[in-house]
Amino acid sequence: MVTGHSALRRVLSTSILVFTAGLFLTPLIWMISSSLKPTYAVLAVPPTLLPNPVKWSNYPEALSIVPFGRFMLNSLFVSVVTVIGHLFSCTLIAYGFARLRAPGRDALFWVVLATMMLPYPVTMVPTFMLFHALGWIDTFLPLTVPAFFGSPFYIFLLRQFFLTLPPELEDAARIDGANTLQIITRIVVPLSGPAMATVAIFTFQATWNDFLGPLIYLGNQRLFTVTLGLNQFRQSYTTDWAYLMAASLVTMLPIVVIFLIGQKYFVQGIALTGMKG
Amino acid sequence: MLHRPKLSPAARREALTFYLCISPWLIGVTVFVIGPMIASLFLSFTDWDLFSAPVFSGARNYQQLAQDPLIWQSLKVTITYTALYVPTELIGGLLLAILMNQQIRGIRFFRAVFYLPSVLSGVAYVIVWMWLLHPQAGLINTVLRWFGIEGPRWLLDPRTALIALWMMSVWGLGRTAVIYLAGLQSIPRELIEAAAIDGATRLQIFRRVTVPLLSPTIFFNLVLSIIATFQTFTSAFVATGGTGSPLDSTLFFVMYLYRQAFVMNNMGYASAMAWVLFLIILLLTLLIVRSARRWVYYEGARSEA
Repeated sequence: MVTGHSALRRVLSTSILVFTAGLFLTPLIWMISSSLKPTYAVLAVPPTLLPNPVKWSNYPEALSIVPFGRFMLNSLFVSVVTVIGHLFSCTLIAYGFARLRAPGRDALFWVVLATMMLPYPVTMVPTFMLFHALGWIDTFLPLTVPAFFGSPFYIFLLRQFFLTLPPELEDAARIDGANTLQIITRIVVPLSGPAMATVAIFTFQATWNDFLGPLIYLGNQRLFTVTLGLNQFRQSYTTDWAYLMAASLVTMLPIVVIFLIGQKYFVQGIALTGMKG
Repeated sequence: MLHRPKLSPAARREALTFYLCISPWLIGVTVFVIGPMIASLFLSFTDWDLFSAPVFSGARNYQQLAQDPLIWQSLKVTITYTALYVPTELIGGLLLAILMNQQIRGIRFFRAVFYLPSVLSGVAYVIVWMWLLHPQAGLINTVLRWFGIEGPRWLLDPRTALIALWMMSVWGLGRTAVIYLAGLQSIPRELIEAAAIDGATRLQIFRRVTVPLLSPTIFFNLVLSIIATFQTFTSAFVATGGTGSPLDSTLFFVMYLYRQAFVMNNMGYASAMAWVLFLIILLLTLLIVRSARRWVYYEGARSEA
């Protein structure tokens, strides 16, 4: 039943799709091209699309001017610890909200939802004072320790997921004498792979890209995360765009890889929380 | 509390387990949220440089705030940018989601392409755009030159700097689009088909069926978008080296707050700024929530209308 009219519509909508996708890919393609150009060629007007000659050595050169390897390791450490913190704390907290009945539970859950809306800058100054008083400035502790006390968005996400699990398995285990901790670790966690993966991926991505947190708490260059290192690099090499593009691409790479592997978890996480508003 | 029936031992044990489970959150919310909020309210009435003891100064911070031209400038920048970006995010995100919702081969690839930039947010993202927006060798002005237009100096010109930041953010619309996509896919096909059989045009179906059914998602995106946009920091900070240049045209409120707190060590003043920001965002959110009754459609809540 394909009429000429709807065939035309199909061609048109596909063209718009391809064109828009091209627009979205252009910055990345341009970035790769620029990162491979010699310094004199990158600022040429008009610019060329393909680098000629291809200067691969931009990558090792850019990455050795400042210790990017160290920055990557720092970011990796902070991100992995934050992921562990969120998985541990948010699972426990979300299970409580999803399954256990207690006076005050629903009111407390409203507090969780309300804190999700709270702008970070509002608590920024006093939280800084707290960590300052503890002597934690210039350590990774202010960036990692709070993760072990839950995060409202992920508590919400996991709770929504736990509510979709059939309670019969848990009831059976409880009758067999399992305690809550055993139920969580042996039944709920194994069934929640996709939701846990979503939490891990979101957390990793957000921590890897975080700039304001490291900016406030880290002053020592040895402790810089990639975002701080890249920002410093940009301020000292303002015109070396080939180097800047090479360094930027390398810092993006872990996120791109995680995105390509775990794309469905990103989408799933959004579907899980976005819908219920 | 007084009239609550006594809990059975089993229910008591369950309640105790609940509070044990959520105890990390109870500690966290006290230490990292409620405590700091009370502390910052208290600090906003003091003069404090972090090194000597805070000195009570009454409402002076708030009086100073009202007379500080940079407060008004940063509010103007933040509100202008919010007014520019939030509608773009709502409408652009929806259009992108409609593109992503087409039933064609390879659509998964296109979805990935649209979504990818939004997960790259951060410093590298901003640096790419600084390069695209470069006045001479940047790609954007190169393309404009093909059409005989000499493009502006974007981030270096106070008249276009905010527009440049806006273009930068549009690249990250994929995240919003995926939320809409989930909403679009939950609309029952029968409703669309029934409307089509009744002779409705595509535009009518979109306006009368799709948009009302999507209104909870639009509402959700609107609230999140306003809260997030009011906190714009990284893009402007990285693009201007923290200065808000040129001529303070990109001095966002949170950037100025950062400067007062962590560059000038005016912790009291910064706390007052934080409370002003909080109250503005709270007020805007409440206004939207109140208006929601008029335009957000919830299934099952329609009978009295």
